[in-house]
Amino acid sequence: MNRVWLFLPLVLAVTLGVVLYWGLGEDPSELDSALVGREVPSFELPVLHDSKAPAGPQMLKGKVQLLNVWATWCAACRVEHPHLNRLAKQGVPIVGLNYKDERGAALEWLAERGDPYTQVIYDPEGSLGFDLGVYGAPETYLIDADGIVRHRHVGVVDQDVWESDFEPLYERYRKDG
Amino acid sequence: MNDTVKTAEVVLLLLALLVVAAPGMAQERFEDPELRERFSELTRELRCPKCQNESIAESGAPISEDMRERVRRMMQEGATDEAIRQAMIDRFGSYVSYRPEFAPRTWALWIGPFVALVIGIGVVLLLVARNRARRQIESSELSEEERRRAEQWLRNE
Repeated sequence: MNRVWLFLPLVLAVTLGVVLYWGLGEDPSELDSALVGREVPSFELPVLHDSKAPAGPQMLKGKVQLLNVWATWCAACRVEHPHLNRLAKQGVPIVGLNYKDERGAALEWLAERGDPYTQVIYDPEGSLGFDLGVYGAPETYLIDADGIVRHRHVGVVDQDVWESDFEPLYERYRKDG
Repeated sequence: MNDTVKTAEVVLLLLALLVVAAPGMAQERFEDPELRERFSELTRELRCPKCQNESIAESGAPISEDMRERVRRMMQEGATDEAIRQAMIDRFGSYVSYRPEFAPRTWALWIGPFVALVIGIGVVLLLVARNRARRQIESSELSEEERRRAEQWLRNE
């Protein structure tokens, strides 16, 4: 009986090792979003294509859609853009949030690379970005028909990320709505 | 001669770069030393979400600049420290606070070390008690009478 206790340190060391090894696989730059399960914060900003047209939170309600944060200065957005174009072609509605950018450069970008967005919110000061907790573009949010954030991804949404993280949720919330 | 001038120029240029690169100069905007102190304390307790381990006071990342700006604005609007901290946590998650909240998911973090300490003390006490008991047995001497009887048994065998 007493002998068994001799193995306690070994068991503890192995347990600790397993826990730490498991932690190695985690990406420390990926943070939980504080916003998942909550409504998109309210905002009052112009539309990118038309400085006089107002954009508000109502444009993120009514159907399940993606909100994609992008900017022309963002290198990874370049990589992501063709993937967004493909998703848009498949019929996934994507609202763009042009983040801390210049209108001219942003419009040029869309003319050059194609425009996957149903609408683009123009946020040169990054105020909506701040309220969303954006800390680096690109970021993509899945928003349900009630305007509730259901998923957030920091980084490029490519085919893999779409299929594993977004598509199941997208289908599920579309059915629910 | 020319080389010395060139070296001096390079050194000056590097120094200038250092000054330009120094982040976290935001507290200069508060005249009141008390507010300045509060601002620097708050920004040291908030972690830059883009960086792995830098407070927004130290970090030069654009997001840290935005966060400092927001802290400054909320202070000017008269928000309490708690309200400012909560506003940041609501947006960027509890990652952003260097002072973890006391919630079920952080219980292990807060209480774990104390539990380990108690277990450690328990083990030490147990070992000491056992050691003492063993020594008592070893050192217990036989009385004259016991010794005689013991020898008698040994002889009889």
